[in-house]
Amino acid sequence: MSGSAREGFLRLEGLVRRFDGHAGVDGLSLALGRGEVLALLGPSGSGKTTTLRLLAGFETPDRGRVLVDGVDVTPLAPARRRIGMVFQHYALFPHLDVGGNVAFGLESQGVAGDELRRRVRDALARVDLAGYEPRQVNQLSGGQQQRVALARALAPEPSILLLDEPLSNLDPALRERTRRELGELIRRTGITTVLVTHEQDEAFELGDRVALLRAGRLEQLGTPEALYAAPASPFVAGFIGRASRLSCVVERGATGVVRVRVAGALWTLPPGATGTDRPAGAAALWVRPEAVRLAAPAEGGAPGRITACRFTGATSLYAVTLATGDAVEVAGPPGAAGVGDPVSVLPSRRGQGGLHLFAAEAS
Amino acid sequence: MTRARGAQLAGIALAAFLLWLVAYPLLLVGADGLRDHAGWTLRWVGAFLGRRNEWGALWGSVWISLASVGLSALVGVPLAFLFGRVEFPGRRLLAQVVALPAVLPPLVGVVAFLFLWGESGFAAHLVMWLRGTTDPPWRLQGAPAILAVHAYSFYVYFYLFTRAALAGIDRSVYEAAQSLGAGRWRTLRQVTLPLLAPALGGAALLVFLTSLASFSAPYIFGGGTRVMTTQVVSTRLNGDDALAMVETIALALVALAALLLVRRLDRRTAVGGRKGAAPLARRTLAPGARRAVAAAAWLLALFLLLPHATLLLVSFVPVGTWTTEALPPAYTLRNYLTLVADPVRLRPLVTSLWMALVATGAAVLVAAAAGVLVVRRRVRVAGLIEALLSVPWAVPGTVFAIGLATAFSVRQPLAGRWILVGTPLVLPLAYLIRDLPLAGRALLGGFRQLDPAYEEAAATLGAGRLRTARRVLLPLLRPALVAGGTLAFVTAFGDFVTSIILYTWDTRPIALEILGSLRQADVGVAAAYGVVLMAVSALVFLLSAEREEAR
Repeated sequence: MSGSAREGFLRLEGLVRRFDGHAGVDGLSLALGRGEVLALLGPSGSGKTTTLRLLAGFETPDRGRVLVDGVDVTPLAPARRRIGMVFQHYALFPHLDVGGNVAFGLESQGVAGDELRRRVRDALARVDLAGYEPRQVNQLSGGQQQRVALARALAPEPSILLLDEPLSNLDPALRERTRRELGELIRRTGITTVLVTHEQDEAFELGDRVALLRAGRLEQLGTPEALYAAPASPFVAGFIGRASRLSCVVERGATGVVRVRVAGALWTLPPGATGTDRPAGAAALWVRPEAVRLAAPAEGGAPGRITACRFTGATSLYAVTLATGDAVEVAGPPGAAGVGDPVSVLPSRRGQGGLHLFAAEAS
Repeated sequence: MTRARGAQLAGIALAAFLLWLVAYPLLLVGADGLRDHAGWTLRWVGAFLGRRNEWGALWGSVWISLASVGLSALVGVPLAFLFGRVEFPGRRLLAQVVALPAVLPPLVGVVAFLFLWGESGFAAHLVMWLRGTTDPPWRLQGAPAILAVHAYSFYVYFYLFTRAALAGIDRSVYEAAQSLGAGRWRTLRQVTLPLLAPALGGAALLVFLTSLASFSAPYIFGGGTRVMTTQVVSTRLNGDDALAMVETIALALVALAALLLVRRLDRRTAVGGRKGAAPLARRTLAPGARRAVAAAAWLLALFLLLPHATLLLVSFVPVGTWTTEALPPAYTLRNYLTLVADPVRLRPLVTSLWMALVATGAAVLVAAAAGVLVVRRRVRVAGLIEALLSVPWAVPGTVFAIGLATAFSVRQPLAGRWILVGTPLVLPLAYLIRDLPLAGRALLGGFRQLDPAYEEAAATLGAGRLRTARRVLLPLLRPALVAGGTLAFVTAFGDFVTSIILYTWDTRPIALEILGSLRQADVGVAAAYGVVLMAVSALVFLLSAEREEAR
């Protein structure tokens, strides 16, 4: 994923886009290698769609620029950027049939006649819709429409592919399969891709790297594994996967062992924990459910009471309210405890990570 | 950046053009009514306020318009309930038939009404024949005649608005009312009517403004009853130009006051029909009631179509042959042949056709530009452009005609004034003004309903602005273009109210030729013109409806 040669194919440099005073995108810089798939992830209003529209050229940045293969494309109109895009609702032209839709971009390039027919056929074959040319687009299923949109975007062989929430329009049952097919297709094509989504699963499965945005800024950029194992901020810890926030006090022993006091109990942090270089004193500990375990009160963990229990299959999630009032979610075997039981909470024995220390006031 | 600035400049250019075309003539009228050779004066306003017959005409305009609203509602709303709620044989066809007056030029309706109910019309003939006398049994004149024509022509607005609103109310609303214990009467009073209120308000405003602007009916049937539109024209004919300006201002002010009043009342009720609502299923009646309703509906439709049928009949009657008989004794195609064979008589047809086409084309172009600049580019002057487009909807055509006659009868290029009155340009310009709200509304609506993602998709696929317009916008906006263009064409083609003020002998349109033929007692030819006008309008409408349905 690294290496400067790969890093530079698509570069976003200090992009700023303001709307009526508030910043949609606020100083965003990113770089993608050739063939890399980047997922822009974030809550609504985080600026991910605006970023995509800046890349496509539908929005003009107030500051900053976009470079493709070293060429500044910022002043170019969308039509001249050679960027393929799949729209959230596909935007298939309802007055053209499937073949007409796929041919549209090729015709812009002056492709005609047998060559045009051949390339439309190839593009449709690539998305398993061979022979669909004469179909009307409104007679296709949602999944087929998505594939036609993809074939249409890829047919003119753009240098970059943009996907705007490509799966949000599909039934949940269809979504997982389509996601897998989409991932395979992008990788087979080898096209540099930027994908916008608010679904973590989508970002993790499709993206080589994930850029987590918040209020128009880049919160963290990295592989899915890195984002999960080493969140750069409490926001990332809370947004990616599940995590609970506990107030704690850091105590540094002479040997360099870092321990934290949680609701009166002293926890030794396992090797995978992050933020352990914090100075002694008050801090916030973000805890993933699988990083802690339920124990008997006598074992000396942080004392609390089970307030709710949710069965999720292989494990159950127990909500524990600690003596301090903090609530923590703990994964455990189903039936290990009941609502109202007094328990204590300790770091999991097998736990390698899932415990992240941040400054007490950080968010 | 440069593209955005280009859009802003284009927006300013369009707003300036509309200001020049729509607002400037009105301002000049206002100025002329407040000025004489010495400078600013209230002399004309004083003269206006001091004359009883001016007040009479103003009052006549207002009360006739209000009464027209009431009568039209009385006919149109029950009709809408009948066709929207009850199932009977022939309902679909009749539902279309009763909506027809919407597309027919007002003057044709008035002339047809005259031929049927006038004192020497078909109905009077029948009565005289039955009685064996030659005295006309009634006189069709004055306010009752105007009101009858208005109700006959304008019920269609109440009918169409109410039907659309009824179709927009979801079945579940009635079911909720019923499950809460409301009977049929209470549901109507407390659920249906309040939900229809915005539509009824809209229809009432439209009928009021249309009645206020109505010219053909008071001009032909008015007799001693004066209203503002006819008053303006006769004052002008008397050469009292400044007074005519003041009258024009008064007429415009009444229209604007009505508009503002309704807008204010209307603000709280911006409910609107829900998209994809499943309206209440039509009731199937018991066989006896069903037959009765069907018969009544057929009779009603026949009654509503009778004037136009009469017009058709009269168009086949040789001059002077129909005197005392119940039905014409002889028929001929001569009237139509005269139209085509005599170059002098063919000319108005050709003139109307090209003027209407030019005005329609220009209106659609302006509306499309407004669509791009207001909806897509959201230029800073968007609100101004939209307001200017809709002003001619509220302000009577007479006012604009006087405005154009004032603004473009002098040559002051620096003040944006040229001599257009008396040239073939002034009528297309007047028609363009009347067409702007129709085309504007259709195209702004079309653009608002069109997902911008289509244009963006075309752009990512390498299509430039021209190709996007041709291959994506044009086909997707076609319904809006066809609807706006059709309405615009029919309005311009049948225009009477602005033409009568601005025409010359060389540029006289069909409507004035109909009037001229009537005056020369050339009834058959007048009817033939009317039929042609009616046929072309209906044809344009049917063709556009068909093409849209075939998609």
